[in-house]
Order: sequence, then C-alpha cells, then structure tokens
Amino acid sequence: MSETNSDRQRRGDRESAFYLFTQQRLPACKPVLTPPWVITIYFLVGFIFVPVGLFTLRASHSVVEIEERYDIECVPSQFRNDKVSYIQDDSVPKNCSLLFKVDKYMKAPIYIYYQLENYYQNHRRYVRSRSDQQLLHGRNFHGTSYCQPLESSNNRPIVPCGLIAWSLFNDTFTFIRGKALLKVNRTNIAWKSDRDHKFGKNVYPFNFQNGTWIGGGKLNPRIPLSNQEDLIVWMRISALPSFRKLYGRIEEDLDVGDYVVVQLMNDYNTYSFGGKKKLVLSTSNWLGGKNDFLGLAYVFVGSSSLTVAIVFMLLHLRSQR
Amino acid sequence: MAKGKIRAKIRRSQLYTFACGKRCAGAGPHPIEGPGCSRVVHCNQPHMHRKKPLKYRSNYISTTKYNFLTFLPKSLYEQFHRVANLYFLAAAILSLTPLSPFSAVSMIAPLAFVVGLSMAKEGLEDWKRFMQDMNVNSRKIQFHKEEGVFDNKQWQQLEVGDVVKVEKDNFFPADLLLLSTSYEDGICYVETMNLDGETNLKVKRAMEVTLSLNEDEIFKNFTGMIKCEDPNPSLYTFVGNLEYCRQTYALEPGQILLRDSKLRNTSYVYGVVIFTGFDTKVMQNSTKSPSKRSRIEKKMDYIIYVLFSLLLVISLISSLAFAWKIRFQMPKWWYMRPDNTEDFYNPQQPLVSGLSHLVTALILYGYLIPISLYVSIEVVKVMQASFINQDLLMYDDDTGIPAQARTSNLNEELGQVDTILSDKTGTLTCNQMDFLKCSIAGTAYGVRASDVERAAAQQMASDLAQDETKSSTSSKSGKLDIELETVVTSKDENVHKPTIKFFSFEDGRMTEGNWRNEPNTDMIMLFCRILAVCHTAIPELNEETGTYTYEAESPDEGAFLVAAREFGFEFYKRTQSSVFVRERYLASGPTEREYKILNLLEFTSKRKRMTVIVRDEDGQIILMCKGADSIIFDRLAKKGKLYLEDTTKHLNNYGEAGLRTLALAYRKLEESEYSAWNNEFQKAKTSIGSDRDIMLEKVAEMMEKDLILVGATAVEDKLQKGVPHCIDKLAQAGVKLWVLTGDKMETAINIGFACSLLREGMKQICITTLESDSKEAIKENIFMQITNGSQMIKLDKDPYAAYALIIDGKTLAYALEEDMKFMFLGLAVDCASVICCRVSPKQKALVTRLVKEGTGRVTLGIGDGANDVGMIQEADIGVGISGVEGMQAVMASDFSVSQFRFLERLLVVHGHWCYKRISQMVCYFFYKNIAFGLTLFYFEAFTGFSGQSVYDDLYMILFNVVLTSMPVISLGVFEQDVSSDVCLEFPTLYQQGPRNLFFDWYRILGWMGNGLYSSIVIFFLNIVIFYDQAYRVEGQTTDMAILGTIMFTCIICAVNFQITLIMTHYTWIQHVLIWLSVIAWFLFLFFYGMLSPTYSKNVFLILTEALAPAPIYWTTTLLVTIACTLPYLAHISLQRCFQPMDHHIIQEMKYLKKDEKDQVMWKREKTKAREKTKVGFTARVDAYISSLGGKLNRKTRSLEKNQENPS
Repeated sequence: MSETNSDRQRRGDRESAFYLFTQQRLPACKPVLTPPWVITIYFLVGFIFVPVGLFTLRASHSVVEIEERYDIECVPSQFRNDKVSYIQDDSVPKNCSLLFKVDKYMKAPIYIYYQLENYYQNHRRYVRSRSDQQLLHGRNFHGTSYCQPLESSNNRPIVPCGLIAWSLFNDTFTFIRGKALLKVNRTNIAWKSDRDHKFGKNVYPFNFQNGTWIGGGKLNPRIPLSNQEDLIVWMRISALPSFRKLYGRIEEDLDVGDYVVVQLMNDYNTYSFGGKKKLVLSTSNWLGGKNDFLGLAYVFVGSSSLTVAIVFMLLHLRSQR
Repeated sequence: MAKGKIRAKIRRSQLYTFACGKRCAGAGPHPIEGPGCSRVVHCNQPHMHRKKPLKYRSNYISTTKYNFLTFLPKSLYEQFHRVANLYFLAAAILSLTPLSPFSAVSMIAPLAFVVGLSMAKEGLEDWKRFMQDMNVNSRKIQFHKEEGVFDNKQWQQLEVGDVVKVEKDNFFPADLLLLSTSYEDGICYVETMNLDGETNLKVKRAMEVTLSLNEDEIFKNFTGMIKCEDPNPSLYTFVGNLEYCRQTYALEPGQILLRDSKLRNTSYVYGVVIFTGFDTKVMQNSTKSPSKRSRIEKKMDYIIYVLFSLLLVISLISSLAFAWKIRFQMPKWWYMRPDNTEDFYNPQQPLVSGLSHLVTALILYGYLIPISLYVSIEVVKVMQASFINQDLLMYDDDTGIPAQARTSNLNEELGQVDTILSDKTGTLTCNQMDFLKCSIAGTAYGVRASDVERAAAQQMASDLAQDETKSSTSSKSGKLDIELETVVTSKDENVHKPTIKFFSFEDGRMTEGNWRNEPNTDMIMLFCRILAVCHTAIPELNEETGTYTYEAESPDEGAFLVAAREFGFEFYKRTQSSVFVRERYLASGPTEREYKILNLLEFTSKRKRMTVIVRDEDGQIILMCKGADSIIFDRLAKKGKLYLEDTTKHLNNYGEAGLRTLALAYRKLEESEYSAWNNEFQKAKTSIGSDRDIMLEKVAEMMEKDLILVGATAVEDKLQKGVPHCIDKLAQAGVKLWVLTGDKMETAINIGFACSLLREGMKQICITTLESDSKEAIKENIFMQITNGSQMIKLDKDPYAAYALIIDGKTLAYALEEDMKFMFLGLAVDCASVICCRVSPKQKALVTRLVKEGTGRVTLGIGDGANDVGMIQEADIGVGISGVEGMQAVMASDFSVSQFRFLERLLVVHGHWCYKRISQMVCYFFYKNIAFGLTLFYFEAFTGFSGQSVYDDLYMILFNVVLTSMPVISLGVFEQDVSSDVCLEFPTLYQQGPRNLFFDWYRILGWMGNGLYSSIVIFFLNIVIFYDQAYRVEGQTTDMAILGTIMFTCIICAVNFQITLIMTHYTWIQHVLIWLSVIAWFLFLFFYGMLSPTYSKNVFLILTEALAPAPIYWTTTLLVTIACTLPYLAHISLQRCFQPMDHHIIQEMKYLKKDEKDQVMWKREKTKAREKTKVGFTARVDAYISSLGGKLNRKTRSLEKNQENPS
C-alpha cells in the first residue's frame, strides 16, 4: 500500500511513541530460540546449577544432626500395650531419660528441637481456633468466637483461648553431659516480631487449663504472654503434619564421643493418635539444618540440563537446517 | 431536487415490450378468500383502522434486543447463559455460607465486574440501535390530511389506509399500493438496492383506473377498499384486489412499492399504505440480530467442562477423604476436641461433614476455573478492538472512515475464517462501468489496459527480473524490451487520469473524430449509432455544464451512451417515438438526426439481447441489436460473419482481461418485410392469455436473425480499489470466496472474471433451472446437474484443474431444500470459486447458514447494503462496508471497513494476531491456574483434607488480579509472532488459524499437562526442601505462613518466567509488565508485612524478618522456577528445530536478517509459502503467463540470438 506525502504530513509525527504504539510498531526485541541459543542456555543452566548443588550439598553435610525417637521407649513396659492409659494416668511417673552419643564435633549453638509426627496442626479447625487480638490485647477483647470450643470455661474467658494454646506441648527436657548440666538457653527461640508485636506484654494467662478437660501444658499466670516463648513457638502452626519446633539452644560445643543424657518429662499425649515424638539436636549454617535434597535437586536439574544440551547439540549437528 | 436538470416528459411505457406491455384486461380479480388473505385496507380512510378488528400494527419499527423493562432480566439471562458465569454465580452464592474458605466479597466482586461489563457493552450497542430506529421512525412523509390537503408527518405515525406522496430519491415509508406517478402513464422507477441488492432500476406501473389520481385535490373524495394477503416475507409476490368505483381489480406485485426501496427518476408518486411497520415485506425478511460467540469462546466452554469435571473429581476425593478422616481419625485427635464440635467436624456425622466439605472444596479449588480469565479476555479484546479501530492502514483517506470493530467478541474469529461470502455490488465493485475497449469491423481499439492485464504485466516483469539475476547478463537489454512492451500500458497509467466518468477509453484513432481516417468509417459510424440509439435511457441536460447525463437502467448502458457521445454521437433527446442524436464529426458537418423507434425489444436475462427497430431520416428501416456474443453469433447472417473471426479473438482477449463484453449487430430491413412482421408482432402484443409472452418471444425471434456483425464492446466493471489484489492475497491465505449477488448471471460471471475468481481454462459448472411446470422435474434436473458436476470433479485426474460453480437464485431455492442441500454443498466445496446470482436476501442468509453449519468452518459475510443484513447476521463474522449510503449493513455487522481491500489486513494481520494472542493467552491462563490451583489440592492431603489453604487469602485474590494478570494481558494485546509486513508477505501463515493449530485439544491438554507438571514440581520440591529442617542459620523451622509464602513466590516466578518463553515479541511494555509483576509480588510482601499484625496477621514482617535473610529462600525459588520451565523450553526448542511451524521459519529468517542479506532465498521462501491457489490474480497470472510462455520464449530466444551475432 503506497502512501502519498500528504498522508504522511497529515498523520503528523510518524515516529512518535503514540503513533508507534497504536500502529503496533513499537521497536521490539524478538529473540528467536535458535539452536545455538538453546544449547547455550542449557549449558549455562547446567554450569551454574551443578556447582551450586555441590556447594549446597557440602553445606548440608557439614551440619551435624542427632535425632532420637522417645515416645515408645519412655513408656514403661507394662503400659506398652495401652499407652493411652499410661499417658492419661497422672499417678504414673512420666520421667524418662535418653542417651545421645555425639559422633561428630558439634559447634555451638546447638539447636534443640522436638519433633511431632502425624499431628495435624494445620487442620482447618485447629488453625482457626485462636484469637490474635486476644493474644495481643488480653481478656478485654471479646470477639473470640473462633476459639470455640475453648472460648471460655466456667463463664469466664480463657486467655489464651482456642485449641492451639490449649494443646500446648509440655514435654520438658534437661541435658546432662557427663556430670554437669548442659546450659540450655530457652530465650529468643520465638520470632522477634511475634514477641514484640503479636503477644501482649501485659497479657497474662487467665483461666487457662481450668476446665474439666486438660489439654497440654499449663502456663505460668504471672509471666506475660510475650515472654512465654514456648507458647509463641507452638502457636506458629506448622505447615505439615510432621514438624519440628525449636525448644532451646545448647550454647556449648559438643565433642566427638561426648554422651549427653536427656532427662525428660513425657507428658504430652501423642499416643491417642499414634504420633511419634522425637528429640533432635542439630547445628546449623547458612542453609539452615541438614538439607541434602536441595543440593541433590540442584545437581539433578543441572546435570539433566547438561544432558539436554549435549543431546541437542548432537541432534543439531546431525541435521543442520 | 437536482439543480438545473431538465427532463423530457414522455410516456415511457411505450418503450417496453415485455415488462410493461401487459394489460390487465381480461385477467379477472384474484379470488381472495381463505386463510392468509384476510387483510382489508380502506384506502384514504385511516380512521377505519384505529379499532379492532381492522387495527394493524403501527409503522413504528424497533430492532433493539431489549427495552427498559426487559433489559435487566433479558441481559442477565444472556450473561448467565454462559457456563462459566453460571458456575461463578453458584460459587458466589455458596461463598455466602459459612462453609466458604474465603470471604464472600472476593467471590462476588469479580463476578459482578465481569457481568456488569458485558451487560454495559450490550446495553450500549442496543442504545445505538435504538437511536438508529428513532432516526428512521422520525423521518417525514407527506400524507393526505383531509380535503385534498397534504401535510407532513413522521413515519412512525403513518397508518394503514393513508394516502402518501413520495418524492424523488426518497424511501417509501411502508408497503404502498402505487396509485399514480408524475408520468402520465403511471410508471415509476424504483431502486431496490436495500431489498435485493440489484442496482438496476425497476419499473413499477400503476393501474389504469387510478391514473387520474395524480393531483393533491383529487384525493378529497377518493375511497377504495383493498383486500389482500396477510403480511409475508415474499418480496416478489403479492395477491390482492382493489375495489374501486364499484368494480374489483386484481393487484399485482408490479403495483406494490416496498418499504426501504427508493423512488428514482420520477418526481413523485401517490400511494396507499397497505402494510406498516413489522408487517412490511422488508421487515418480515429481517432476522433477529443474534449474539455471536467466537469458536475459541465456545471451545472454552468445553475446557470449562473438563476443568469442572477435574474440580468435581478432586473435590469428591477431598470430601470423601475428609469424611473418612472425620469418622475414623478425628476421634483420636484429642487436640481438636472431637467431643465438642459443630456439625462440620462431628465424627458422628461423617456424611454431613463430607457433603458440607464438598461445598468448601468446590470453592477452595475454584482457582482451576478462573473468573479473571473472562475479565482479562474482555480487557484484551477491547484493546485489540481499539488497535483495529486505530490502524491507519485500514483508514480510508478518501472518506475519512477508519475500520471499526463494532463488537469486540469476535476478534480472534477473524483469524480462523475459512470462507468469505461476499456481496458484489458496492463491495467488490464500485458499480461504475467504464467503457474501455471496442472492436469494430475486426479492428481492436482502446489501448488502456484493464486491471487484470496490468497486474499480469507487473507480475511478469518481476518474474523476468528474477530470472535475470540467475541467467547471464548478456540478454539483459533484450529482455528489457519485452518487459517494456508488456508493461508499457501500465507505465503510462500514472500520466493519464480518467477525466470523464464511465469512459476510460484511450485510442487516438477513435477520439476527436479521428475515426474518419480509419478504413472502415461506415462500420464505425454504425457502431456508434447502435450505441447511441439502442437503449432505454433518457438524457438529462445539466444546465450548468451544458452536458448531458443519462439516466439508464443499467450502468452499462450509461457507459455506452457516454462513449457514443465522446465519439461524436451525442444522444440528447428522447420523445415518445424518437431518439435524437447529434452527430458531430460527419463529413457534412454537425447534424442532428432523428431515429424513429418502431419497436423496442428490451433486454431480459433470458433473451440476453436488446433490439430496436428504427427508421432513420432516409427512411431506411434498421434493426439494431446488442447482446451477449453467443446469442448474437447464433443469429448472424452468412454474409454477416465477415468479422466474426477477428471479433471472436478480441472478445476472448477482453474476457481474459476481465471485461464485460457485448456484441453489436444490425440488419437492414425492407419496408414490406418489416410491415409483415410488425403485423404479427402487434397481433401477439394484443393477444390475451398465458401464452402471450411465448408468442411475443417467438415473433421477436423471427426478426432477430440474419444479423450482420459490427463489433463488440468491452466495459470494465470498475472494481473497487485493490479488490483483485486483496482477493488474491486471501486466496493465497487459503480463504475461499463465494460471491452472492442479486445481479444477473452474466454480470456476476463478468465480475468473477474481473476479480480473478474466474479465469480462462477454469471449468465452469453452471446449474440452472429448466423451464418446467412440475416441481419434481425441476428438482430431478437440478439433482442430475449436481451429480454430474460432482462426478466430473471426482473423475478429473489433473490435480490443478479448477472448477467454478455458478448457480442462480431460482435454482438455489431448490438446491437449498433439505434433501439436496448437502449434495449442493459438497459440490460447492469442491469448486475453487462459487458464484450465486440473483439471490434474495433470505437466500444469502440461507447459503451462509448452509456453509456455516454444513462445513463447520468459520464464515465471514461481507456486504454493504440492507440486502446483505441477513447474511451478515447469519455468518460467524459479519463485515459491513461503511461509507456508502444506508447504514443497515454496518449496523448489523460485527466489523466495518470502508473498502473491501482492508479485509486483507483485517484478516491476515489482525485476525491472525488476535487468534494467536487469544489462544495463547487462554492456554496460558489455564496453565497458570492449574499450576496454582492444584498446589492447594496437594496441600489438602497434608491437612487431613480439612479445607485449609496454605496461602494467605490476600495472596490468592491478588494472584489473578495483580500478580499474573498484566503479563497475560500484554501477551493478549501485544504479542506478534511476526510483524504485520511479514504477515502480508506470507499469507500462508494465516492458515494456522483456520487449521486451529493453536487451540486444538492437543495443545490445550498439553498446556494443562504443563500446569500439572509445574504444580507437582512447585509443591513437592518445596515440601521436601522445607519438610522439617531448620531453614535458617538461627535454627527456625518453617511454619505454614512461611512455607505458603515461599511456595507462592515460586509460583509467581515460575508462571511469569513461563510467559516470557511464550512471548516472542518484547517491547518495553512487555518487559515492564512482566518484571513489574514479579517485583510487585515482593513489594506487596514487603508492604503488607509492614502493616500492623492486626491486618497482616501471619504475614507480618515475613519478608524482612523471616525470608529475605535466608539464602535457601532464594535458591529454592531459582531452582523451582528453572525446574518448572526447562521441559517446556526443551519442548519448544526441539519443535522449532525438528518440526518447525511456518512462523518459526519466518521468525528465524527475519532474525538472521535473511530478508536483507539473502534476497533470493527470501523471495524463494515467499513463493514457496504461497498456498497453491486456483483462484485469484496469482493463479490467473500464472495461467496467463503459461499461455504467453511459448510466445515469449520464442521472442527471447530470437533476441538472444540477435545479440550473440551482432551484425
């Protein structure tokens, strides 16, 4: 289609951005995935991912982790067939001890986790059953209907209300190396933002675990919620039905060959639903805990990318278009 | 009234032998009784029709879909007719219950937006229609008020029985009975363009008895009663009687003036209103404007069904599992207080839990069926439409009218058109005939080339130039000569602009009286006289310029008269019995000659010839005849074949050049011979009875023989600008073109030639009707013709043999009947071009429907007149030609362009783009929502199927609205696989649309599979990586908010990265939108986290405190993004390398700048990419070249020889 000069003049500035936009002629980059490009991309991905993967794997291997399941061993043999009655019987002593052998040098801080399995903290009923406002503002806050069925007992509000708080994990652990008690730091295990902004400094537990049914742990009514770090950690609900939560930090190095005896109170009931309980000691680095999978995945993606690149190159060489 | 025009007043009925010769004498009144004939009209007594039972519909018309009351319910019904909308409505209602996992607003607001937007659009369109109706309804018309006084009133106030006076060039406001006209003999001319698209004027004739009613005062005492048929859509029939002055007269269709036709060449007419408003024949012919949906949209419904099934399946799985868990596991979960629950979680009632959870699950997984898809599509389509509207290359500089997408629903449908059904007049042609060439006494005159010749010359020139580069340069100059020889006519095209309308003839031997120096002066004179005398036109003197213009029945005739005038034979006056011609260049000086018209046997489509018998001033009786060459050649005398051979050759050339031809012949008559014949003729003329016509014809036949051939004319039916080129490109793009025209078969065939739909060497299958009384016999015969045609095509061994099907309206009526239509369609589909002539508006619509439903392909109807409205509405896409008078076609259309040639760009560029954009966009949309939605489902499995979502509510709302919508929209609006120039250079690319390569189930399911893969990768990589370990150096483990956020980050990155792989065209807009979307997510996370925990809840400070400092967050995001997209990248690059599609190759060539560096290759690819066509310019030029080939080769060789042996 030819255009005359007058047209051009009338249409004004043909190079103006608006003109180019409306005529869909904006300058554009049109990359085309030609074989050299594709091969380059795949090699590039491969050459980045494999080293990153190896690096990550090394980091993962440098983490030392000791894990011990204790829910069965802590049940006295006479109760092994009926663990639920054991845990529900208050007259049976719940104390128990575990022995950890340190195989690798563990540098402080060593993180102590308890791990629960088959425990649905992420169940919709459970997740909803809390009141963030009450945690922050205390029992003066009344819109706590989500906390049903643990909104109130004896006609008085429960602080903190809801299933989550009510089912607070209450096994306790003490660590002994040789003869000496290992110092366990149990502060700063919760997120700072939770302590500072989500749990009230002036909110104290009230009417908690006072009902006919006692769930998990009790809270010291004289300590404000913002300092009840176990509760704060517990109330960060886990994403998956098996999860670890931070219990504390051992701030001493553990040497190879050290034996750590753990004295624990096995109070928490996971026997009803067959949930495992584990205790984990782990060091950490930039990667966090032990995480081989990430590194392996990187290596896998990188190497398959390299394979594709090579296959592609061969195919391309064989049938040049 | 036209200024300065003087017209001779004559009784024109005398001119006509066949059409108006009939007298109603003898034919008694119709027996009017029984059902279907109950209408009674009291003429001039409209008050009789104000109460029952004679109260008829008013003349108010409305073409709107809704009115104020019905708009809301009706348009809501339309909206919720869509499967998806209905589903969303259900979801929105359910979200009001406490079972919903999300807030109700997040479900209702988008639905309201989508439905509201669509309804507003509908309302606006309907409002436009209403305004147009108002415009028509308030037109003014003169009616008989009382006591012989005429007054104006609006059309809508007109009542049955009113006497109205319609003036020249005005439309008739209702169906009228013609009473009298400004001509004494009650004739008037009517243009029925809007009814049937025919451009020649029709003669209507009032009854003898009412002829006297031709003055205002006379109507004072006029009364009469009409009994007639009930309203019906048949345009060509009318049954009724007029009771007037105590006598009953039969009425005929020839006395009925139909609404929407126009009075022409007649100062005024009087008429009585018989049918008003919706009772009129034209309104009865109108069809409801349908709401159209594109194929992609319809297919999307099926995708929705698939996804809905998927949704149901996973919801059922969820709810079954949930019920099972509630029943058997919940009692053990003491921490959830199974003893104290509401119904939903009650272990005693797993059935209730299961059912209510089904609702929750349906809403939760609702992300599989994205409502935002519809919002995005609406937005994208509106923007695409605005690009169409703003395209300057579809803007007509002459009229200042741009192309317009009147509805944005069908943009992508433009890219899938398989068959175009086109009107002829006003669409393909300008309806302007130019006298271009003639052959007189075996000598061809006229050097200007027709469009076809010019194009052929250009094509050959470029082909030669191409050959040249390959062959030795030695023959260069020699070839140039040939080139010049053929192109010379096209070169001087630019110098000469035709200054005289209807006359593009150019030959110094003929003009300016130079023909006197030609050898056959007598024959030339005779030729010009035939042109000047043998016609039915009347001259009109334009006083301002002093020249004559001619009001002719057909534009051909006008062109002949202008030609005769230019040759020096100016027809300037017609009286009742004579034609006066001013002959300028005679040897004896300018003289005015009178030719007494003795008989006039006019043109009918059956006779295909027109004859006048005149007596000139010398008393010589001459019969002059013009007609189709075959008809004339059959009637030549032995001694009249002197020039037959040469003329035939010329006629063939003209035909090849796409011109309309007529042969001219004459015969000198002896007085005695004539009078003997005339007696017979008069006897036949006055005979009564049904065989009158046959007798007349027989008698006429007796005279029209022993003719002497004079020559032939070639008239170019001026095609609209660029039509042949456009048709050619569309043919190369693989689009079929059917021409549906109201015109005569010959005209249609000529146009077929002119726009290269037909060419020499194409086998024409003409299907016509026998003249037979029995319907069975006719059908039998048509059946035979169709079978024969199909057989012929089937048995043809030549794969390049091209067939053309030509069928006329009468035959079409039979062929469209239930038992035959698919046979007919089968034949038509096998033919390269199809031309239907003399079709009524209804038939146009029926043919369109047949093609649409019979082939299942996308049809596009294009036309300019009201007679095309049915076709435009029936076709999948209706295109109206705007800028001509009458907006009906445009109003009914989905797109309007001002010229046919813009169709090329509309389809090949915009259609292609829009199709690809929308289909890629929709595929991607489903991909991203599946990738996202399924992660929700997987997560359920880890929450005991409780219906807990891992993501924050706000993430989910923002996902489709903000975080991924912009890149999708930019894909839908800006993506270009190749630039518009390349689209036009490679029309074959267009075939990707009709073949539906980008939205077939393979591709859709492929994308869904990709979504499934991505969802699995995203979810399970994240789950395993963040299973239970600490993820930070401070030893924290993830919680639900953190894991959800990480996963969501992965999704955002993966889907946005995925879209970069789909796009191939990045302007800064795409860059900004894609990267902004990713950045927006982090910004959102940052700012949302900064809000007080009252609002941000678990997201509080999540980015700054929990995620950003953890390297694993970033490395995981990178890993997942790459892992999601690598397989797709491998797929597309493998495909591109080993099974490249057309656009891949072109992209690559463009990318490597092959078009600049390697011209030869570029050109070769271009030729290769041409779809093998059988119609269109290119095919024709190929044929033309091959026919010239031999000649040319010889010439070239001799030239080469000459150069090799220089003297």
